[in-house]
Amino acid sequence: MPETHAAPKNFGFGEDEALLRDLARRFLDERMPVETLRRLVAEAPEPVYDEGHRAPWDESLWKEIVELGWTGLAVGEEEGGAAISMAGIAGLVEEIGRHALPSPLVPTLAASLVLREAGGHVAKALLTQIAQGAAATLAITGERGGWDPADPPLSARDDGDALVLDGTAFFVQDAFKAERLLATARLGGEVVLCAVAPTAAGLALQADHIHDLTRDQATVRFEGVRVEPDAIVSRGALPAMQRAWPALLVLVAADLCGTSEWQLQTTVQYAKDRKQFDRPIGFFQAVKHPLVDAMVQIDRARSLLYHAACEVDRGSGEAEAAARMAKSAASDAGAFISDRSVQLHGGIGFTWECDVHLFFKRSMHNQALYGDGVHQRKKLADLLIGPID
Amino acid sequence: MSGDDATTEGRAGSVSLTPEQQEFQTYVRRWLGENAPPPPPERLPITPLEVMTTGQRDYLQAWQHRCHDAGLVGADYPTAYGGGGHEGFQRIANLEMGRARVPFLINIVGLNMAAPTILAHGTEAQKQKFIPGCLSGDEIWCQGFSEPGAGSDMANQQTSAVRDADDWIVNGHKVWTSLGHFAKWMILIARTSKDHKYDGLTYFLCPIEGHPGVTVRPLVKITGESGFNEVLFEDVRVPDAYRLDEVGKGWTVAMTTLTYERGAAESAGGGGGDGPHPTQRLIDLARETWRDGVRAADDPVTRDAIVQRAIVAEGIRQNGRRARVPALCDHPMRLPLQQKLASSEFVQHNARLGVDIAGARSTLYKLDDRAPDGGHWPLAYMNSYGHTIAAGTNEIQRNILGERVLGLPKSK
Repeated sequence: MPETHAAPKNFGFGEDEALLRDLARRFLDERMPVETLRRLVAEAPEPVYDEGHRAPWDESLWKEIVELGWTGLAVGEEEGGAAISMAGIAGLVEEIGRHALPSPLVPTLAASLVLREAGGHVAKALLTQIAQGAAATLAITGERGGWDPADPPLSARDDGDALVLDGTAFFVQDAFKAERLLATARLGGEVVLCAVAPTAAGLALQADHIHDLTRDQATVRFEGVRVEPDAIVSRGALPAMQRAWPALLVLVAADLCGTSEWQLQTTVQYAKDRKQFDRPIGFFQAVKHPLVDAMVQIDRARSLLYHAACEVDRGSGEAEAAARMAKSAASDAGAFISDRSVQLHGGIGFTWECDVHLFFKRSMHNQALYGDGVHQRKKLADLLIGPID
Repeated sequence: MSGDDATTEGRAGSVSLTPEQQEFQTYVRRWLGENAPPPPPERLPITPLEVMTTGQRDYLQAWQHRCHDAGLVGADYPTAYGGGGHEGFQRIANLEMGRARVPFLINIVGLNMAAPTILAHGTEAQKQKFIPGCLSGDEIWCQGFSEPGAGSDMANQQTSAVRDADDWIVNGHKVWTSLGHFAKWMILIARTSKDHKYDGLTYFLCPIEGHPGVTVRPLVKITGESGFNEVLFEDVRVPDAYRLDEVGKGWTVAMTTLTYERGAAESAGGGGGDGPHPTQRLIDLARETWRDGVRAADDPVTRDAIVQRAIVAEGIRQNGRRARVPALCDHPMRLPLQQKLASSEFVQHNARLGVDIAGARSTLYKLDDRAPDGGHWPLAYMNSYGHTIAAGTNEIQRNILGERVLGLPKSK
């Protein structure tokens, strides 16, 4: 990480970051407009929530995304990545959220941010693979979904130089799209971090039935999965996990800001188009004012998002507080505009054919991921007020 | 929380300073350390809008005068008008004054509204005559934008100004006039034509104190405090030389004033307030308040409520920072037009939470020595409605945002 220095006025969002974001917006406007998204994920043969159903995605589009170098954005130049600022990554992920893109990009960025913090030659080799297009995801959460990096889902035992992993990782994002699972396990008093292939012997992926149609999620069972030394990233990974945590929160907050802005703009447009009592419904203050309140909440979340991204880039001691504020604000803004987007669309908003449900569900999923607003504020209270006596 | 490095803001997220600005920051800190004012002769109110007695006024006016002499007020104004001629210095001085918890600057209307409007629209003679007194605090200003029939519908001004040779004759009735009882001048909008609602308004710099035909009467607020007034005009003569900008341009000029007023929380002309950590006082209160056998600071629900306020405070601050990064703003007015709404509701919710935390002790008026923080919280809460109602009620702010930023149809 760079040394701490004065925060840049523009959050580290300069010309290069703006170019990347604008390119992403144009690319996804063309390749994943909402009509395309609907055809891809919501017009699959019914019933959509069938046993073992996994969200469809566009693998050829993913190949193009890899060509664009997006998997390597958080990877250092030495490993073939672009080493762009966290503010730049936030800008890109906002566009991913705004288009509700089904892809393993966000989990892959998350894995690369963890590997970057862990360091070492195994991490470097994995980062090189990610920069070349290998999708990855984190298997770091237990059944209780407690979001505590000190409470890993798996247990490890030594077997010569190798490790053997047992247990079950829950809530693994886009696991069916990933070539590498980055898993944490307890070994004595330490947390170890290992990379495993989804095809490894003893490893079984089971798709969760989830509401969000724009991703898959899996429960991953480990039964005596052997990890050779060249796949053991770190045997003392907890500090790295804790340092990476703010960046993980920034990624999800950015996705939330993106979906929220789509929901706001789409609902505003509907309020201009839909007429009742001979007027567009946006004339009525009962419709207009909540949309303004949603905008205020979204803007607060976005400003906190870029502040947090900037603090992550600076390696600042404020990064955790800033990131938890961003995630809390983004989760709550997402919940509010999701609520209003359905309600203000009226009867049509309650149906499968109206696109708002796609974003509603992606947002609801992200609100919970890595902890909702209440969880973030509980952690913030410890930071700002001090622990409870 | 860091805060002593070379930045304008205490928490991270601050902007870096030029060497000149750093030097100024050091100077301001030293000056404030060495020149703390003597204790006031009587209890001071919480904001300039509740200054009631001449004792309070004299004390606060003397303090602003000293701050101005030391270069802490008007730092970014041209030297020709009594300013310091610098750039980016005032923000630093404001934050340091807030941090040092020195008394507020009394001439809030002069600093935040009159001076910037005169700088933008005045003649050279007007700038030289009026701005120095705004900055030094020697001439206190009040604002005449509100009337009994012109609140949210601000263009519905009925106070008239009729041309008579080199003068205008003003007749009418202004209300909610903060500091009117101490004001030497008023920024006044009056109707100079009945044919046009907006283009029939003209902006004047009107003499108040001791001026023939002007009557200032105190109004009593919800808190029992005064500090604001109604002002009656009976055939009051105002020289044409005190007209600001052209006849019929009053609405446009008033919009300039309101832009500064609505942005005042960001670039407030004075110190005071809650300083850079507005939720710190809530935390302190929660630590010293006991409920059901535990400190309020250890109650999870109270903790969540305080952190919610801290997040909004940081969000407002970061909005101000993002507003200066065009690449991160979809619409140029989207963040600036939220400022008044967001900051006034923040102040209100913050004060309300203080009342809640204070619990039984929130019932105590400021004259009771057991009232926490000198009775601050319930009074601040009641006074906060001044912020959510004044300068265009927050309902009007939501209409403006919905219409001008989101493009929704007009609600009137």
